[in-house]
Amino acid sequence: MATLQRYFFSDLGVMLGRSLRHIFRSMDTIITATITPIGLMLLFVYVFGGAIQSGTANYVNYVLPGIFLVAIASGTSYTSLRLFTDVQRGIMDRFRSMPIAPSTLLWGHVLASLVFNGISLLIIVLVALLMGFRSAAGILPWLAIVGLLALVTLTLTWVAVIPGLTARSIDGAAVFAYPLIFLPFISSAFVPTRSMPPVVRAFAEHQPVTAIVNTIRALLAGEPVSQEIWIALAWCLGILLLAFFFARMAYKKRTA
Amino acid sequence: MPDMAIQVRDLHKSYRQLKVLQGVEFAVEQGRIFALLGPNGAGKTTLIKILSTLLKPDSGTALVNGFDVIAQAARVRHSISLTGQFAAVDELLTGRENLIMIAQLRHLKQPRRVADELLERFGLTEAANRRVSAYSGGMRRRLDLAMSLVGTPPIIFLDEPTTGLDPEGRLEVWKVVKELAQGGRTIFLTTQYLDEAEQLADRIAILHQGRIIASGTLQELKKLFPPARVEYVEKQPTLEEIFLAIIGQKEVC
Ligand SMILES: Nc1ncnc2c1ncn2[C@@H]1O[C@H](COP(=O)(O)OP(=O)(O)OP(=O)(O)O)[C@@H](O)[C@H]1O
Ligand SMILES: [Mg+2]
Repeated sequence: MATLQRYFFSDLGVMLGRSLRHIFRSMDTIITATITPIGLMLLFVYVFGGAIQSGTANYVNYVLPGIFLVAIASGTSYTSLRLFTDVQRGIMDRFRSMPIAPSTLLWGHVLASLVFNGISLLIIVLVALLMGFRSAAGILPWLAIVGLLALVTLTLTWVAVIPGLTARSIDGAAVFAYPLIFLPFISSAFVPTRSMPPVVRAFAEHQPVTAIVNTIRALLAGEPVSQEIWIALAWCLGILLLAFFFARMAYKKRTA
Repeated sequence: MPDMAIQVRDLHKSYRQLKVLQGVEFAVEQGRIFALLGPNGAGKTTLIKILSTLLKPDSGTALVNGFDVIAQAARVRHSISLTGQFAAVDELLTGRENLIMIAQLRHLKQPRRVADELLERFGLTEAANRRVSAYSGGMRRRLDLAMSLVGTPPIIFLDEPTTGLDPEGRLEVWKVVKELAQGGRTIFLTTQYLDEAEQLADRIAILHQGRIIASGTLQELKKLFPPARVEYVEKQPTLEEIFLAIIGQKEVC
């Protein structure tokens, strides 16, 4: 076992390198992952934007945090697909029959997902800038935004690992992302929650997307963040731990 | 070093109510080629998965290179390599990258050199820098085998290594398997082709209805079969006939 520990980082490096190659050799997946969020951003800003009373002059600024979350949700579904392919093609079995620290098989995919989503978010920021997005945030708030988005990505990626390991079909592996992509629509991401009917509003104000979106929005505007940052962090860490636990169970179950 | 490369005792495995292995017993000596025969669904792949630590048996013991497949899985993994029934190669990487990746994961000193040697040996040098997604089925299978030979593990599992290969490819694989055994490795292979077992194996076992119903050298198995009859020409029974005869007997009783 000692040798497995010793080689943990070298094995992880090989696995990460492999996953990164996959990403850079299928750039079309990055484009696909950014098309939906960019399309939504165009739709909201140029079509619905005029009719929505967001209370801010710059509606691009207003929708961008929600667009980030849509992008992450659709981006992490590629982790499911890649894992599913590994399992189907037998590559996973090959790795598992080798003397490799087992957790590196999953961590390689997870870390690569951070890179993948980082690139996709960068593309979205560039498009947003073209559409008139401006931020008053300094270095520290930007670091906080990057940190929070990385945490959200990490969380959703571990969620994505579960269907990747357990799905029976390729569609089953990706389908988990749809409700996640939908979640921002019932939150403060595109319209203020106060315009919603009471039941919907109650849901919207108590689901994680609203806390995350409001926090990022405040950071982008260079305003002080409210208590909501703690709610956002608590949601992320809670889901992260749960997903991590279930992903490991799903992985172990493959050996049962 | 133990004398026996693989020892299996009273192995049981079910998938829910489907009983696949029901008391499998056999042993494989070091440096031998052992062929496991069995019809579709007999449980050959299941057995290989248990021996290569991918699947846990319900009961019974299996020692590989002297290590218990459950209690000492990490040590077993150091001792083996597995070529699964379906080529397990990375489609988005090139042939060379696939081999280098495995060599790095086996912590070899010169991954590139190892990769180039294997590419040469399996006739893949020309295709080395092409992505595997553009390989033919036979090329994939050869790459798959090459990946299993990285790092010279003492025991090699091959699950139907020649399925899907053309006759030439089959002969090539046979050659490699024989070379490996001469080099002292133990080979455990499964096959549907009885002539393949006949050609390659020192010992043959037949898995049927969850048990090893016959095992031994080809000569020993031939004795289980009624002696050659004189028809128009005298004809030794082929392994295929032995196989069908044994299965037939079992099903009658
Ligand atoms: N994961 C699984 N869940 C349920 N049943 C399974 C599973 N894997 C295999 N089986 C069943 O167990 C039996 C043995 O399967 P196995 O793949 O070991 O056979 P095999 O001898 O390798 O067959 P083949 O020659 O077709 O490769 C089959 O009936 C198969 O349907
Ligand atoms: Mg099989």
